[in-house]
Amino acid sequence: MNLIVEREKGLVELEARVTALRERDAASDEVRVLERKVEELRRDIFGHLTPWERVNMARHPKRPIASDYLAALDRFDELHGDRHFRDDPALIAGFAKLNGRRVMVLAQQKGRDTKENIRRNFGMVSPEGYRKARRLMELASHLGLPIVTFVDTTGADPGIGSEERSQAEAIAACLTTLTEANVPIVATIIGEGGSGGALAIALADHVIMAENAVYSVASPEGCAAILWGDSARAPEAAEHLKLTSQDLLGFGIIDEIVAEPLGGAHRDAAGFVGRMLATIDNALAGLAPLSADALRDARYTKYRRIGARRDESGPRMASVLT
Amino acid sequence: MPVPEWLRLRRDKNVQAEDASLWEKCPKCNEMLYRKDLGASQWVCPRCGYHFRMHAYDRINSLVDGDFVEIGTDILPTDPLGWVDKRPYKAKLDRDREKSKLSEAVVTGFATLDGFPVALGVMDFNFRGGTMGTVVGERITNLLEEARRRRLPCIVFTASGGARMEEGMLALMQMAKTTQAVQRFMADGNLFMTVLTDPTTGGVSASFAFQADLIVAEARAAIGFAGRRVIEQTIRQKLPDNFQTAEFLLEKGHVDMVVDRRELRETLVRLLDYAVDRSRLTPTLKAVPEFALQ
Ligand SMILES: [Zn+2]
Repeated sequence: MNLIVEREKGLVELEARVTALRERDAASDEVRVLERKVEELRRDIFGHLTPWERVNMARHPKRPIASDYLAALDRFDELHGDRHFRDDPALIAGFAKLNGRRVMVLAQQKGRDTKENIRRNFGMVSPEGYRKARRLMELASHLGLPIVTFVDTTGADPGIGSEERSQAEAIAACLTTLTEANVPIVATIIGEGGSGGALAIALADHVIMAENAVYSVASPEGCAAILWGDSARAPEAAEHLKLTSQDLLGFGIIDEIVAEPLGGAHRDAAGFVGRMLATIDNALAGLAPLSADALRDARYTKYRRIGARRDESGPRMASVLT
Repeated sequence: MPVPEWLRLRRDKNVQAEDASLWEKCPKCNEMLYRKDLGASQWVCPRCGYHFRMHAYDRINSLVDGDFVEIGTDILPTDPLGWVDKRPYKAKLDRDREKSKLSEAVVTGFATLDGFPVALGVMDFNFRGGTMGTVVGERITNLLEEARRRRLPCIVFTASGGARMEEGMLALMQMAKTTQAVQRFMADGNLFMTVLTDPTTGGVSASFAFQADLIVAEARAAIGFAGRRVIEQTIRQKLPDNFQTAEFLLEKGHVDMVVDRRELRETLVRLLDYAVDRSRLTPTLKAVPEFALQ
């Protein structure tokens, strides 16, 4: 069960009661008292979310998913298939218009219900999905269309077929193609950004993250399983991983956060989706004047500086084996 | 600083054999093997051909003509997330440094192979399971940049359990960083080769391991993206023995060749001979450390 869904139950009931009371007598003392209580409760529950609560927020069943963003674009026309094996429904891609701007969109798609989740493989992309993405990244470069991506996945699909068709090579090739792209790339983390499966479409010139989205080296369950052999310790792993938008902005791994209403993006889905699209548009406008070489140089520098640096006091070369 | 270790290790012909026990049991044929003999046979069981995991320095010694000039020794791990679980990450690093006699999970430098000057990177599973954190990412990037500057071919031996959890997203970003370096290196027309050794998985396989011009897999090595246990838990059934082996990948078309360790050096030299024009090698380029110092 989702932690946030549990928490907000009482709040949702109370809000309904306030609405009903207000209809009868908006000026009553009872309404004012209850309104204040709702406010307090909201701040209590959502004012300081722990990393694990953020993970639950990112997985909230009502949270806007990729298709909600695609539906809010001026126009979207889906393009299918990797030209080799099949069309992967976990990754939706196609031409779009965003505020009149022509773009190529790539999006990881979870399902709204069990049936769609099964069809979409819970947003876990297979090699074919990454190969479709790569094909369309190349087309975008060829046509001069900026690339816009929506990331929402626990991780790349870990099945037998995915290994047989080399998930590793498919992701590695996406990273290369994004590195080579001669057009601006804007990536957004809208829900879960899990591991290499997320990064495969998130190597970008500008990375935007929804406030309550999470982005981590492995899913908390995966991390707990790897380190402690126990995926049930996911909440503890979430504390360690530094996976919140604020953490990642601090590390310079993301460039911008889009604030969510108190209680999460789903409490004003249309408004939030609109603000996200406007933020993307703004980032694209900023990148538009840059030449292909300038874009690639900036991309190189951006990733080059993340991580370790040399300790200038140490030896630059050492140990000749003979 | 691990300098005294380097100085000591550089004279060692057989790093792994120095370990506590004299004998090692072959996990495949159960033969008891004398560690010194194993060292002499490149850690391949003389009886059944089983490939033991190899220490990075033993690997380098088994490949290079003579000298190996190591670079990147000034790139050392920190604890960017302040990670503490059962033990602090810093303590884990200290222990692995002690245990593996390495300063991190990859050794990088220059050498010649049968006269061919190359930039060489060798990962080692003994240090944090060969996981890629910020140091592995920076050392690989640094190696590719230095090789690009000198227009040398680059060969990287991979051995990795994936991205390093204790460095969080900074570790994941090394996939993007190394990709940038590989792409620049290759775009200039330089040869990039990887040798996938046991095991090569996760963030390393999904970045530079599978971005090379030529991909050689060492016999029987486990290679894949997701870990075997993760897949078994997901599909709730046992996987066949050969799943994710080098031979399986060859059959599925994902690697150029599978090579027995005992033939590896000769194979790499043959590949270099196709890829690099020997007549264009200048005397300085043939001698390490001359070209390394350029
Ligand atoms: Zn044996």
